[in-house]
Amino acid sequence: MIQLSGWKRWLLAIVVLHGIVACAGFFAPYDPTEQDREHPYLPPMRIHLVDTQGHFHFRPFFYAEQLRVGSFDQFEERSQQAIPLRFFVTGARYDLLGLLPFRTHLFGAEASRVYLLGSDAYGRDQLSRILYGGQISLLAGMLGAGLTLLIGVLIGATAGYLGGWRDGLLMRVAELFMALPWLYLLFALRAFLPLSVSPVQAFFLIILVIGAVGWARPARLVRGVVLSARERDFVRAARGFGATDSYLLRRHILPETSSVILTQAAILVPQFVLAEMTLSFLGLGVPEPVPSWGSLLASLQQYSVLVSYWWMYLPALAIVPFFLGYLGLASALQQDAGTEKIVRTAGGSRW
Amino acid sequence: MRYFLRRWMQAVFLLIGVSILTFLFSAIAPGNYFDEMRLNPQISPETVAALRAQYQLDRPLPVRYARWVNSLLHGEMGFSFANNSPVAPLLWARARNTLLLTLTATLIAWALALPLGIWSAETRGRLPDRALSGATAALLVIPELVLALGLLILAVRSGWFPTGGMFSVGFEILSPMQKFRDVAWHMELPVLALVLSALPILVRHVRAAVAEVLDAPFLRAAASHGIPQRTLHYKYALRAAANPLISLFGFSLGVLLSGSLLVEVVMSWPGLGPLLLEAILARDLYVVIGGVLCSTIFLVAGNFFADVLMYWADPRIRTGAAAK
Repeated sequence: MIQLSGWKRWLLAIVVLHGIVACAGFFAPYDPTEQDREHPYLPPMRIHLVDTQGHFHFRPFFYAEQLRVGSFDQFEERSQQAIPLRFFVTGARYDLLGLLPFRTHLFGAEASRVYLLGSDAYGRDQLSRILYGGQISLLAGMLGAGLTLLIGVLIGATAGYLGGWRDGLLMRVAELFMALPWLYLLFALRAFLPLSVSPVQAFFLIILVIGAVGWARPARLVRGVVLSARERDFVRAARGFGATDSYLLRRHILPETSSVILTQAAILVPQFVLAEMTLSFLGLGVPEPVPSWGSLLASLQQYSVLVSYWWMYLPALAIVPFFLGYLGLASALQQDAGTEKIVRTAGGSRW
Repeated sequence: MRYFLRRWMQAVFLLIGVSILTFLFSAIAPGNYFDEMRLNPQISPETVAALRAQYQLDRPLPVRYARWVNSLLHGEMGFSFANNSPVAPLLWARARNTLLLTLTATLIAWALALPLGIWSAETRGRLPDRALSGATAALLVIPELVLALGLLILAVRSGWFPTGGMFSVGFEILSPMQKFRDVAWHMELPVLALVLSALPILVRHVRAAVAEVLDAPFLRAAASHGIPQRTLHYKYALRAAANPLISLFGFSLGVLLSGSLLVEVVMSWPGLGPLLLEAILARDLYVVIGGVLCSTIFLVAGNFFADVLMYWADPRIRTGAAAK
């Protein structure tokens, strides 16, 4: 058994979670846009091991469902038609990680589609949509965080390294951004960008918007580190040897900021995934038919869906394990940085 | 007094900065309210151009900004194209509702966070502390949107709470007492969502701040003098731990304002949130700017209140300000 300490354990958990979403094609039984007009708003199916006669089966199975007579949205199980759940079945074609063409799915069934988490208004499989939607939401969050950190490091390093009036000006602007409630800022930015755009454009618009909102805090933190690193002895020594500004920044100063940047990344990514979710939920983000966690939730704004089809809420819960993983990673990283500092100073006092 | 004067100046500069920033955004933005009109074949291009001229949208940015500041001074904050009325009265009606929600949630969250955090700090490492840490961690990983939607579904399925809005049907004919009860009943769910989302952060900060003070020599001395624990913790420890908590107050207000924007939309509470969303969808420029500015004003007011509290609570600031 490998012993993993502190933040590595959280990192592993996050990697596993992301892996599942990245390989959505394999874990999802169906294509997220494939419709089944016979089964709109089908509730999550029950998976059985014991049949109606009380016999136990080793292979899990489910019953085919059909509309109850005289109803248009109530389904009932047909107990005479048991369908076994099969693993590693061949089904719809997909590209694993966007590259390798594949047809194998983790599970599936013949004779009828299986809906573990129910279906939506067009009979599309919720589980598949959640997994594929995660790809959009997580990618938007990570690219947004990357953009934010890039802007933050650029501005923070500029302000900290140059100092003087430029520092003052940049930090005043950063304070301005931090003073606004962030959701209002997000809305304001989104408000001034075009509304009806293609899904791909919307995706990049969202990344742009959330990337531009959050740069102030990382910029301030980076500035602080750069400010103190600039006066450290080894930097002054290097400068004395005639090192240029860009060499100093690249080689000696920016590496000092790496732990701050990592911690900020762990804090920002889940926040930005949530930002994407919020925007798409409100209809300002990635539109139908492309699934994202936010656009999957958008149907809950209709009262009738809210009342009758509770499983449309399930996409919201998908973000919780990711939040947990990133939160754990961020606090473990912060703790690590804290103890490292203590160890370093304690070691220093012995000399 | 000088201390407050400086804070005021900062607040005013902040507001000016925010308004300029939003105007700059709007200038970069492609498209505006009248673009939609232009697509309509029944409206002639001349009419659109005339309307644009009427609302001064064809003028350069500094002119527009100056005119907007002018209208702000006249208490209008620009003009809403979609609602065909000045922005200020529109905003005011909604801002009141948002404020009602946010302030109630802030008060309740703090009223719960203080005793819970102190209790957690008192029993450090023992069962109550661990249970509370677990509970706050669990709440922390549930985002606001998820929480609000979950509560709403719960309300719909159980029928215990109204499912949205602020008033029942026939609100006008109720007596003042009944009106109050009706609004309170409608507030329960959104306030619950806001309190639950703000609580974990507050409890953790209170715990950290109080735990730091509990070991202080002066508290041990006071305890050995036989001062009862309750007085000790709530009167002396809390007072000593107050500084970081008071600055947290401004922060918590910002978090709750953002959260309230979302909760209002989800639970159809007639606050700034739905108004802002409608304005964004209609490209109603001045309403968006007004809404953002309004939220900044709330935040600045909250921070100013925190400063006043700090001034009152910490004699060092008072004497420091006097010495300067």
